Amino acid sequence: MIGRSDPKPLFLRGPSLNTRLFVCAIASVVLMTVDHRQNHLDNVRDALSVVLYPVPWLVDAPFRAAHWTRENLASRRVLVAENSTLRDQLRAQATTLLRYETLEAENRRLRALLQSAELHRYQAEVAGLLSVDLDPFRHQLVLNRGERDGVVPGQALIDAHGVMGQVHRVNPLTSHALLITDPSHALPVEVNRNSLRTIVRGTGELDRLELPYLPNNADIEVGDLLVTSGLGGKFPAGYPVAIVTAVTRRPGERFAEITASPTALLNRSREVLLVRPDRTPPPQLEEAPQ
Amino acid sequence: MNGGWVIVLTVLIAWALALLPMPGWAAPFRPEWTLIVLVYWAMALPSRVSIGWCWLAGLGLDVLMGTLLGQHALALALVGWVVARMHLQVRVYPEWQQALVLVALVGMYEFVLFWTDGISGTRSEVRWGPVLTTALLWPWALVLLRRVRRRFNVT
Repeated sequence: MIGRSDPKPLFLRGPSLNTRLFVCAIASVVLMTVDHRQNHLDNVRDALSVVLYPVPWLVDAPFRAAHWTRENLASRRVLVAENSTLRDQLRAQATTLLRYETLEAENRRLRALLQSAELHRYQAEVAGLLSVDLDPFRHQLVLNRGERDGVVPGQALIDAHGVMGQVHRVNPLTSHALLITDPSHALPVEVNRNSLRTIVRGTGELDRLELPYLPNNADIEVGDLLVTSGLGGKFPAGYPVAIVTAVTRRPGERFAEITASPTALLNRSREVLLVRPDRTPPPQLEEAPQ
Repeated sequence: MNGGWVIVLTVLIAWALALLPMPGWAAPFRPEWTLIVLVYWAMALPSRVSIGWCWLAGLGLDVLMGTLLGQHALALALVGWVVARMHLQVRVYPEWQQALVLVALVGMYEFVLFWTDGISGTRSEVRWGPVLTTALLWPWALVLLRRVRRRFNVT
């Protein structure tokens, strides 16, 4: 060691280890408290998430490449088959949709007659999922859209089959969404058959939701479809959420044990829809002749 | 004092591995990559990598995972502190004994995460899977990272 210009110190320099740990611990506690209670730290998180964006981007890159290859190297036969299935589907859905416009107009007219509130209109845009895994005990997704694309916290996330969850943290380039199966997620729903309102809660299992707040004599059966009720204002009303899979009524207990399974394909979609309220005014109806 | 970029690069790779998608059954057993890498550097170069590095790497993990800012940072800083206190003893242990020390370290790390989750009202469970896999992985990580350190002459 003697004679070298930059000897490796035998003892650690600088403040003692305990002091350093103390400083770091205090910093962590302050950060956690502020982050938990207020949103003053959003700027810090935003800045850091932009700096670290290459990490999730790189993790996702091979999956993106595989997806791209699969799409671009598909054989002609596969494409033709897919095309014809899609065309059939489109035809089937177009017939269902034919009367939708009329029905919607009629619904609006009736609502106006009853002087009840105007139904909100919603529009959806497609967002991709980044193939990254977060904590297995928290059901979260990372979307490739962020603040820059107009995503806001609380925005609902749906796929072609039902409600998936909601955006809960927005960074400039990405956003984190909480699935409806996350144990900390609850969602106001109603039973489609009889408009019985209740709340659906996540359990931490991908195929199971629970309805803890229904009394024993509630009118609910296995197979009932639960749809969003729109109460709470975050989720648009009327989207399917889950199908009731089990109802256990124990005499002596006040609440029934009810479980349901989500209709959305929570772990299979690569693309999801972000729903936002439509700000454009609805098309004007023609006045009916008096 | 050269090769700082190698340390940064290994931390970046550890972060990427922490986000890499895994099949559902394997996800609860994901090793704590960031912890392994930092424990190695903190043991090999204690005068360079210590509590501060651990804290920063934890903060990055918080941002990437979307957890409470400071949660992983606190847990990793604690790990860094223990390693800084014990590195002279642990360094001369045979590898399997070092792996046992890793069991204790990862156990503490997971417990701090669980504990902060509890305080902030996030429902979670103690993750036992990573404790096992991280310790099992240690001897291999040690060999690999030692090679990296010698190859790029990080001092």
